[in-house]
Amino acid sequence: MLQDTTTSRMKPAIALEGISKSFPGVQALADVSLSLYPGSVTALVGENGAGKSTLVKILTGIYQPDGGTIRVDGVETHFAAASAAAKAGVTAIHQETVLFDELSVAENIFLGHAPRTRFGLIDWARMNADARTLLERVGASLEPSIRLRDLGIASKHLVAIARALSIDARVVIMDEPTAALSYKEIHELYELIDRLKADGKAILFISHKFDEIFRIADRYTVFRDGRMVGEGLIGETTQDDLVRMMVGRDVGQVFPKQEVAIGEPVLTVSGYRHPTEFEDINFELRRGEILGFYGLVGAGRSEFMQSLIGITRPSAGAVRLDGKVLVIRSPAEAIEAGIVYVPEERGRQGAIIGMPIFQNVTLPSLTRTSRSGFLRMAEEFRLAREYTSRLDLRAASLDQDVGTLSGGNQQKVVIAKWLATKPKVIILDEPTKGIDIGSKAAVHAFMSELAAQGLSVIMVSSEIPEIMGMSDRVIVMREGRMVGQFERAELSAEKLVRAAAGISEIAP
Amino acid sequence: MAEAHVQIRHIPDRLQSRGSRLLKSWESLLVVVALLIFVANSLASPYFLDPWNLSDATFNFTEKAMIAFAMALVIIAGEIDLSVASIVALTSTAMGYAASQGLGTPALVAVGLAVGLACGAVNGLLVTRLGLPSIVVTIGTMSLFRGIAFIILGDQAFTEYPASFAWFGQGYVWWVFSFEFCLFLGFAVVYAVILHMTNFGRAVYAIGNNQTAALFSGVRVARVKFTLFLLTGLMSAVASICLTSRLGSTRPSIALGWELEVVTMVVLGGVSILGGSGTIGGVVLAAFIMGMVTFGFGLLNVPGIVMSIFIGLLLISVIALPILYTRLKRRMAH
Repeated sequence: MLQDTTTSRMKPAIALEGISKSFPGVQALADVSLSLYPGSVTALVGENGAGKSTLVKILTGIYQPDGGTIRVDGVETHFAAASAAAKAGVTAIHQETVLFDELSVAENIFLGHAPRTRFGLIDWARMNADARTLLERVGASLEPSIRLRDLGIASKHLVAIARALSIDARVVIMDEPTAALSYKEIHELYELIDRLKADGKAILFISHKFDEIFRIADRYTVFRDGRMVGEGLIGETTQDDLVRMMVGRDVGQVFPKQEVAIGEPVLTVSGYRHPTEFEDINFELRRGEILGFYGLVGAGRSEFMQSLIGITRPSAGAVRLDGKVLVIRSPAEAIEAGIVYVPEERGRQGAIIGMPIFQNVTLPSLTRTSRSGFLRMAEEFRLAREYTSRLDLRAASLDQDVGTLSGGNQQKVVIAKWLATKPKVIILDEPTKGIDIGSKAAVHAFMSELAAQGLSVIMVSSEIPEIMGMSDRVIVMREGRMVGQFERAELSAEKLVRAAAGISEIAP
Repeated sequence: MAEAHVQIRHIPDRLQSRGSRLLKSWESLLVVVALLIFVANSLASPYFLDPWNLSDATFNFTEKAMIAFAMALVIIAGEIDLSVASIVALTSTAMGYAASQGLGTPALVAVGLAVGLACGAVNGLLVTRLGLPSIVVTIGTMSLFRGIAFIILGDQAFTEYPASFAWFGQGYVWWVFSFEFCLFLGFAVVYAVILHMTNFGRAVYAIGNNQTAALFSGVRVARVKFTLFLLTGLMSAVASICLTSRLGSTRPSIALGWELEVVTMVVLGGVSILGGSGTIGGVVLAAFIMGMVTFGFGLLNVPGIVMSIFIGLLLISVIALPILYTRLKRRMAH
């Protein structure tokens, strides 16, 4: 089927065939195949949640697939653990490189396979000399003995790549390697990738940035919803084709969006900026409206939302709620004013594991359930019951530790907690991230119901179907700026992806 | 209550009754331990059961326990205050100096409380404003506060206290019940109410279990923590007033090493050293246990060094025991 002469004659260095992997409630990968060829860069593209990271974890032996085979040089292999994948020559360089800050560059490169002296001690002289040779090969003039913490991210990447070379890796996985790099560093990375190609390494390159993919990759594979939906040669495709493959599906049917008459402006944000995270944020949120915020991970959406509730301070800008200017210095003040934020990181910022469900729910509302500072348990149980039952919580009792619940039910408790404060504006940050389909549907239905009751909702989401299915209007953010605004009627997945990824030319 | 067929799914408030939960708690284990030690003590020494002896025994723990109540709140909130014994010393020194200048008892008490609060405020500001870890801050202020006491006193002692000042540490409210013991019981009730029955107490638990989520939920984390350090400062001052009054003198080495015993008492009382759980009831029981053990050792003429070995072993085992206990409970649940 492949037309390409260089790769079709070549045997893949590693080939995945019919790989499946599921987690409770989620089919992460279904019958996925992927081949990586020596001396060739394969780009893996797909939305968040398409199954890319699961695939990387299977390739590196962190997860074991439920079904399918992995062939290394045509030989069927089984990666029982991460060490087995490393032995087979597969190595991964992540967005946040997994190296050890307190160790030296040479120690990082040779950790686990350091050269030894006759007495079994580490042969430091040889290790440093070998490290220097490897670093030269990747074009890094770093001193092997300095500690890793003193290096920048780009240099750390180079160390990670040198480590890959030291274990004689034949398959190098780069998971968004340019996410934290400057323009100059990115170009150095491109040169390095070219050198790795020339050395005959098979490279898997994961990125959201299309210009990068077209610059560096030879082949592409597109994932959508845990399935492989397209592959081929980069030279034979276009950005439009890739975007279409990434998002092409029916959306809107499974989402219980109710038609709501949108009312007067409730929240007005003008001129919001922050020294490093975001700038020039201006928008209006109306009564009964669900306003979606779309963007890639790291576009500054969460940082902006958190500045609205006083976690971080903006350097300039004003917020008006119902026409009145608000100054919010803490979440406590935000809750008082009627703006609540359901954070993205449920375990760290949302649920208080170790405390019972009812105490989680009532925590921001204690001033209402208590009398002159004294708790009233009966009131607390009443409030907790009222809101958890509206979200269809599944639990044995309201006195149960919230940590014993499933992710989806924890999320219901967390949402109930903020709703119980009777807000005017609710900000939901990735409200259905990592929860099962049933809970997702419950959260969506409830969100719709809230808007119908006149609440104004901001929904931050990186999932296109969710954004398209639930929003009345969508603001797209990229690198801390608003780069697009779309009404529900004019929404299309392609427009969103283009705006978020910064693809300039818009197809007619 | 509600008819089952009316609602589709009814989630009960509680599965376990309060009684059955209490029965399985750390506190009921402490009650058993306390009773065993009581029996052992009364068998070991014929003098133990004498009411006046028992009354004397309470002085072994009342002052430390009063600090331990505030310390329990600090530890539940995930912080620690190791400077408490040094606050006792500095407070006592300040009162001694004030007494040497001829101040009367009410003024001495005011001076003591003010110095304690000021020390607590220093700790609280360093922890909440600068965001420093409390263990580091209070190890620093532990040296600082006692260091100031040493500078003021050198190898001298303040002994010139007004006669009426003696009542705090030596007075009796009724029969064998000393003022200190009554104060201890009073504070036990006050702290139990604060921790278990108020919004403030709930915030303390929330911060200890997940500080970030507590902040996001509108808990004023910095304000609560600052208040907690004020409370340990205040309670150290109260303990200092009682101790100084009881001893009738101040040396810079007063209450040396108390922070260890206070923390041991709190942890023995079932407060998790990692924060997030524990009760005042447990701390009260732990206070009685430690007091009785010390007193029992005293009656049996056990040397002081053995006593400190015992405190050390007790601290290690009470930190290890709750962990083993929850593991056992988890295994039994399966």
